[in-house]
Amino acid sequence: MAGEFKLSQLAAGDSAVVRGYPKSGGAFLRLREMGVLPGTAVTLVRTAPLGDPIEIKVRGYLLTLRKSEAEHVLVEQAPAGPETGGQP
Amino acid sequence: MPSQAPEAPRTPPSAQARAPVYAIVGNPNCGKSTLFNALTGLKQKVGNYPGVTVEKKVGTAYSQHGVPIPLIDLPGAYSLAARSPDEAVTRDVLLGRRADTPAPDRILCIVDAANLERNLYLVHQVLDLGRPVILVLNMMDLVKRAGLTIRVDRLERALGVPVIACEAVNGRGIIELKMAMSRPDLPLSRHAWNVPIAIAPAVAELQASLAARDGRPPLVARAEALLLLTDQDDVRVAGSAPLCDATLGILASWRRRWEADGTDWSGTLVTSRYEAIGRLAADAVEQGRPAGPSWSDRIDIVVTHPVWGWLVLAGIMALLFLSIFTLAEYPMDWIDAHVAALNTWVKSALPPGDLNDLVTDGAISGVGGVVMFLPQILILFFFIGLLENTGYMARAAFIMDRVMSRVGLNGRSFIPLLSSYACAIPGIMATRTIEDPKDRLTTILVAPLMSCSARLPVYLLMIAALVPGDRVPLATKVGIMLLMYLLGTGGAFGFAWLFKSTLLKGAPPLMIMELPPYRIPRVKDVLLHMLERAWLFLKRAGTIILGISIVLWFLSAYPRAPQGSTAQQQVAQSYAGRAGHALEPLIRPIGFDWRIGIGLISSFAAREVFVSSTAVVFSAEHFEEGKGADIAPLRSALRDARWPDGRALFTPLVCFSLMVFYVFAMQCVSTVAVVRRETNSWRWPLFQIAYMTGTAWAVSFVVYQSGRALGF
Repeated sequence: MAGEFKLSQLAAGDSAVVRGYPKSGGAFLRLREMGVLPGTAVTLVRTAPLGDPIEIKVRGYLLTLRKSEAEHVLVEQAPAGPETGGQP
Repeated sequence: MPSQAPEAPRTPPSAQARAPVYAIVGNPNCGKSTLFNALTGLKQKVGNYPGVTVEKKVGTAYSQHGVPIPLIDLPGAYSLAARSPDEAVTRDVLLGRRADTPAPDRILCIVDAANLERNLYLVHQVLDLGRPVILVLNMMDLVKRAGLTIRVDRLERALGVPVIACEAVNGRGIIELKMAMSRPDLPLSRHAWNVPIAIAPAVAELQASLAARDGRPPLVARAEALLLLTDQDDVRVAGSAPLCDATLGILASWRRRWEADGTDWSGTLVTSRYEAIGRLAADAVEQGRPAGPSWSDRIDIVVTHPVWGWLVLAGIMALLFLSIFTLAEYPMDWIDAHVAALNTWVKSALPPGDLNDLVTDGAISGVGGVVMFLPQILILFFFIGLLENTGYMARAAFIMDRVMSRVGLNGRSFIPLLSSYACAIPGIMATRTIEDPKDRLTTILVAPLMSCSARLPVYLLMIAALVPGDRVPLATKVGIMLLMYLLGTGGAFGFAWLFKSTLLKGAPPLMIMELPPYRIPRVKDVLLHMLERAWLFLKRAGTIILGISIVLWFLSAYPRAPQGSTAQQQVAQSYAGRAGHALEPLIRPIGFDWRIGIGLISSFAAREVFVSSTAVVFSAEHFEEGKGADIAPLRSALRDARWPDGRALFTPLVCFSLMVFYVFAMQCVSTVAVVRRETNSWRWPLFQIAYMTGTAWAVSFVVYQSGRALGF
């Protein structure tokens, strides 16, 4: 499935590849430095019991972020093939 | 034209007149403190960096030959592009900006080897500084469990620095590490990473300007130039070392150029680093047998489950409070008995007179009252340390973040506020994990509103006085107490929202947080942490508590009543009594008289002192102090108390008003002392006293006056 959608729209267990986000803003430098870069594979692990924040697996570790932050991250469905996001 | 870190020669041994100072840097949760403890044992000291509320940890390790190796444990950081005061200190120390802490000679970079890529980002930045570096791969046990193999030789070759594999938790690799640290000469890293072409000329220009006009040493200039091109906020990067106009000019003109042609300059730099790291990791890390879901993942399924997760949280909260209220009993009684014994002994040992009274009734009783709460405080520190070290704390923050963000706070405020239900002191000291200074301050300001356990004796006494008859039905007791707890919690959240919307308004807090894998912590580490916190509390709060205790004793002991007066008469005509009288016009609208006023004043030492001071003021005979005491005589004394015009003083309404006052008022000198320490100034503790006590009066006023209007 081609087409970009928001990281916050990803369903639990699904993987995607980051495509881009706004060039400025406080959250995004930190996200980038934590390894969430265009071309990086991410997997949505779960949503918190109250609905927010979300937990993603990226570069082998677990990261949480609020939906309001994830909203601005554009992702694309991961191409079918060997698992890219779940590398420990 | 790509710029490279210069190929630097090895530092000649003769140039080292003293032992090289090592700084330990690494991400949070990579086991840095465990390693620091393993290297230094108990030879460590915790202090403060002057001017900021960040802790400074220094220690000494000893090599195989007994040569001391000075160490400084820098706060955990994800990047040198600092986003919190802690990270700013790490950056500033490494760049040599702090006058109180010179730049370290050598750097120990610790990484979580099971999570290599993200951890190497900071290392990549540190290598730019061109100082001798030792890379420590920690948590190798997790690496094995995940089925990974790390080719240490390849890492060493690629980075040009010694790489030591470690399991700090088990002590494995420590000897090899110490040997590497004692080497007289260490190679400077030769990681030749090419800055992306698009921004390389900017780096060169900035570097030149920083070196020539801002007086930075050459390698620091390069590192700083790269930071300026990573973080978009140059004021934040410059920190305490502002840049000259020429440098800022160069930066601004480059930014304009990039904005015009659409280059994402900061993203480019970060991406370039991660690409280099990715290549390194692909080369050096081999995935063996594919690992299934780890233990950590399995535990998380329960802990963050929509149903089970809440049960786990509730269970942990219950465990916490149970241990406070039961486990703490024994040491508290022990301390109580021994303080009383000490008091008696000193009373008889010293000649009778003013000095005797000062030492026994003033100092020993006052400080003893606070020390008695030490077991509770220690248990809380232990518990909080355990929650943090096992990794559960991050999950609690994850689960509770939605609730916290409603009032503008962050999930990390949850555990500090929760602990404050038992005692605000460990709660306030636990706010150190909150990165954003405004969030941290707000949490500190509202933490005492969570009804702490010291308020319980006051509530219980008032409930007993309020309910007619001898026995209070359990339902009533629980109901009223719950009401008080709800009031306090509501107040805390309400004020948090108020502060975050007005006074401490800041950028909306981010909740970008790592969930570290669950670990079984070394109990030794948790105990050390607990003792460290308790010692810090006693050291700072101790002097203030001692001072205030003596002042309060003085106020009720002087002026001296004529010989043969009862305790009640003594207090009545003392300075405290006069203060009570002076206070009366202010507190009559909320239903209190001057005798209750004395109780309020003495509660400043600690809230539960209200009970004993009230006993004296109302001359409750045969009233025995201590836990489990029968409050019947005190209760009847309260019921008999009258205003001068004959009407009852402790009507149910007044009891209620008093309880509500205690929910909100800022008493407890120990808390004030801790807030002073954690905020580095008197402004905030004084503000806290003002807003809380003001609110206490206002709410009591509303309760009392509307009660009167309704005919109670």
